[in-house]
Amino acid sequence: MSSIAFPTPDPAILARRDDIIAGLAALLPPECLVTSEDERRAFETDALTAYRRLPLAVALPRNTAEVAAVMAFCHREGVKIVPRGAGTSLAGGAIPQEDAVVIGVSKLNRILSVDYANRTARVEAGVTNLSISDAVMPDGFFYAPDPSSQLACTIAGNIGMNSGGAHCLKYGVTINNILGVKMVLIDGTVVDIGGQALDPAGLDLLGLIVGSEGQLGIVTEATVRLLRLAEGARPVLFGFDSSEAAGECVAAIIGAGIVPVAMEFMDKPAIEICEAFAKAGYPLDVEAMLIVEVEGSEEEMEAQLARICEIARRYGVKVVKESRSATETALIWKGRKSAFGATGRVADYICMDGTVPTSQLPYVLKRTGEIVASYGLRVANVFHAGDGNMHPLILYNVNDPAEQAKAEAAGNDILRLCVDAGGCLTGEHGVGIEKRDLMRHQFSEVDLTQQMRVRAVFDGRWLLNPAKVFPLDGRIAA
Amino acid sequence: MQTNFTSAQLADPHMAASEKILRSCVHCGFCTATCPTYLLLGDELDSPRGRIYLIKDMLEGGKPATAEVVKHIDRCLSCLSCMTTCPSGVHYMHLVDHARAHIEQTYKRDATDRLLRALLAHILPYRNRFRLALGAALFAKPFRPLLAHLPRVGKRLAAMVALAPPRSPAVTAEPAPLTRADRRRVAILEGCAQPVLQPAINAAARRLLARADIEVVRVAEEGCCGALVHHMGREAQALEFARRNIDAWITAIDQQGIEAIIITASGCGTTVKDYGFMLRDDPLYAEKARRVSALTCDITEFLDRLDLPAVSTAPKRAVAYHSACSMQHGQQIRDEPKRLLRNAGFTVRDVPEGHICCGSAGVYNILQPEIAGRLRDRKVGNIERLRPDIIATGNIGCITQIGGGTAIPVVHTVELLDWAHGGPMPPALERAPGLNSRVVQFPLA
Ligand SMILES: Cc1cc2nc3c(=O)[nH]c(=O)nc-3n(C[C@H](O)[C@H](O)[C@H](O)COP(=O)(O)OP(=O)(O)OC[C@H]3O[C@@H](n4cnc5c(N)ncnc54)[C@H](O)[C@@H]3O)c2cc1C
Ligand code: SF4
Ligand code: SF4
Ligand code: SF4
Repeated sequence: MSSIAFPTPDPAILARRDDIIAGLAALLPPECLVTSEDERRAFETDALTAYRRLPLAVALPRNTAEVAAVMAFCHREGVKIVPRGAGTSLAGGAIPQEDAVVIGVSKLNRILSVDYANRTARVEAGVTNLSISDAVMPDGFFYAPDPSSQLACTIAGNIGMNSGGAHCLKYGVTINNILGVKMVLIDGTVVDIGGQALDPAGLDLLGLIVGSEGQLGIVTEATVRLLRLAEGARPVLFGFDSSEAAGECVAAIIGAGIVPVAMEFMDKPAIEICEAFAKAGYPLDVEAMLIVEVEGSEEEMEAQLARICEIARRYGVKVVKESRSATETALIWKGRKSAFGATGRVADYICMDGTVPTSQLPYVLKRTGEIVASYGLRVANVFHAGDGNMHPLILYNVNDPAEQAKAEAAGNDILRLCVDAGGCLTGEHGVGIEKRDLMRHQFSEVDLTQQMRVRAVFDGRWLLNPAKVFPLDGRIAA
Repeated sequence: MQTNFTSAQLADPHMAASEKILRSCVHCGFCTATCPTYLLLGDELDSPRGRIYLIKDMLEGGKPATAEVVKHIDRCLSCLSCMTTCPSGVHYMHLVDHARAHIEQTYKRDATDRLLRALLAHILPYRNRFRLALGAALFAKPFRPLLAHLPRVGKRLAAMVALAPPRSPAVTAEPAPLTRADRRRVAILEGCAQPVLQPAINAAARRLLARADIEVVRVAEEGCCGALVHHMGREAQALEFARRNIDAWITAIDQQGIEAIIITASGCGTTVKDYGFMLRDDPLYAEKARRVSALTCDITEFLDRLDLPAVSTAPKRAVAYHSACSMQHGQQIRDEPKRLLRNAGFTVRDVPEGHICCGSAGVYNILQPEIAGRLRDRKVGNIERLRPDIIATGNIGCITQIGGGTAIPVVHTVELLDWAHGGPMPPALERAPGLNSRVVQFPLA
């Protein structure tokens, strides 16, 4: 499909493909280099599958030195690079282009060291988010940001997108939990940024790197913050008669200064889809549901729950259901975290990622439903309500080009709505290609130019993931 | 995901089924994280999502399989961990079966590969031939290091020989079947490899059933379930085996009133439960196949539904339960075996990283010895961390594979259950140094 444009591939690079591959083959063993068309095909997209571009080649280096060698080579030859983690981006952040080499970090998948005294872990960038928590859980620790894709997505990708998750309401997103990175710059130079503790001296470069969508360098290692597991944690399901009531309840809880660990929203279509997959015991006779998780000691949980229940009653809560066991808790979260995948059982979808002030949730939810209906499509809403990070899933048939166009148009309308309601285009999935052309709706030309000037300090020739984030026209050079 | 099949392509029911599977995949990548080969190799092409994409491209293009595609599909263990993980319900098993058949029809393997595969397909599924071959393998064992040096096939031949048990198993005496009109009746799949390698397993199952007053009907005409050849893409041979077994069992169902077809090797169970799908387009067999699949159950599923008497004399043996992929992913059987073992008095420990394959996977350990060996070492490491007295599992392939990497005895779940309920000590425990002397008086009852 094609409403989002890709830059025209550079014919000079395409013509030199054989030489470029020979150059890469001198740097990497055969099992780390993908060149045949059949095999490259598998890397042509990420989780935004409506868009696909076959890369020139795929390099899968095994260590920082190999990443540096490949980058230095590409830089010298003027070849574009698309960094890739697990390829789970919903914004098309890891989609290649025909004249670019994909550098994937999936072979960099070791946990290097764990330091409980200082509560940090040093990991290679290709480790999956969940495997960090899995490794330290037996000792009572975890890595906090928990994107629903945490089973598969890598720390590299999390850094690229500054990813968030259900439990980020209390613990912050990726940027709040990364202490340092090792990064290879475009010319192959290896730099260490940040350190072993939060807020090291000097310019906060880490804040720049996290969320830079693979446009400033390739991260090969990260030092992450570990947290102690809470004494106890309990999700509670709250069922409502309407999405608006649930939205108002969220706004009221946040407004009262209560910060639960997680506050997730699902509307009826989402509840039905997830319940069918996870059999988590979600109420099926309500229009919308909140999953609110509280944690701490038994008394702390009781006290916080009492206040939340009190507010929920004011908004006409119909069902209140506490998890009674570790198994139930696991199922409740399994259902929520599988929401997008499980939606695949009923239809294709694109997932929006706009964020709005929580006070605007009821209005934006209502308008979202109207917008999607006006295109004759259906929507399922499942999202991180506590921080106003909405994820309307627009359901459609990807094999029907007309529906694809309608779904994209509806998506754009929704994102504009979010910006106009005082929010922004992306809460956690990043801009990628998906929201690139909407950037002007959020930022002025001056804003964009300043951002590009910072970018140019790292990559003046637009070699790193150049099809993404900034509208293709009006780009500035170094 | 979007697909691009022509309506002519979709007229082929195989293609239509695969298209439906591909449409349900949302390319979320969740499955990559639990795929054993992706964990080891870190290459998306050796992950379920990558393989699905390779298959999609191959089928859409109507192209013959290329060496590159074959390499990555061959590396797939068919462990089906990806199916357990997939939130979208993508039926990877049926997709990869289709791809393997397509490869078999359109790709010419090199001569040594063809020879090895033909050998396996012509020996393993036949009890008598297998028994003979096993004799030859025992004879060949001392020559393993030599074999390994043969160019091209060496490593794989050596792997095959290494799997032969250290001695030719003795055939144990079984209780004579008593026939009484009012008794509940079942059949047990004898199959191919298992009765030759470990006759003690089905003997234990029979004794357990006899104690519950259930008669095991002998179905002489049955044989290999077809799984081995099916995984090699030899669809016609697999379907031929399936039809023969279906004929045999339908007769037993209709004339002798068997209520279940019990399987004691989960690898076979996954396949027999899939007969209904495999033969869905065969007008003569579709309905019969469905009936057979519906009556098929793993021995632990069946025992779990019975009221086995509680065991009062607790054996206090620590058992690491290894769930075979075909058990936990292929048939989604998780709790029954552990519950039965606990009720029989064993202390059951879960193996960390339990969802990852041990590398056995039918003939995978013969065809891909390198990856299989790494997976076995990883599995044995995870099991030995638990310091168990015994390892229990429900699949002959896993028993052989894991047994080749550890000194801890590996037995079938039913052997332990039978022992606890009054049967003989499993042969592997008798052989295990140290263990037999400590537990010789058990069970006291
Ligand atoms: C079902 C599903 C649910 C999801 N749920 C959430 C959620 O709850 N919260 C959330 O935030 N996201 C979510 N996502 C989106 C996605 O998982 C995240 O954006 C994730 O961080 C991407 O990680 P990845 O390893 O797949 O990276 P990729 O998709 O491969 O890449 C993401 C970006 O990072 C860049 N990048 C990759 N590696 C490097 C590197 N080594 N150095 C520099 N840049 C690099 C890429 O170029 C790209 O721009 C979800 C996705 C799916 C499919
Ligand atoms: S988990 Fe399922 S839907 Fe997701 S990529 Fe794998 S097979 Fe496709
Ligand atoms: S069956 Fe097993 S080895 Fe094959 S793709 Fe699925 S998880 Fe990987
Ligand atoms: S799964 Fe294996 S052992 Fe069992 S009958 Fe089939 S081919 Fe033979």
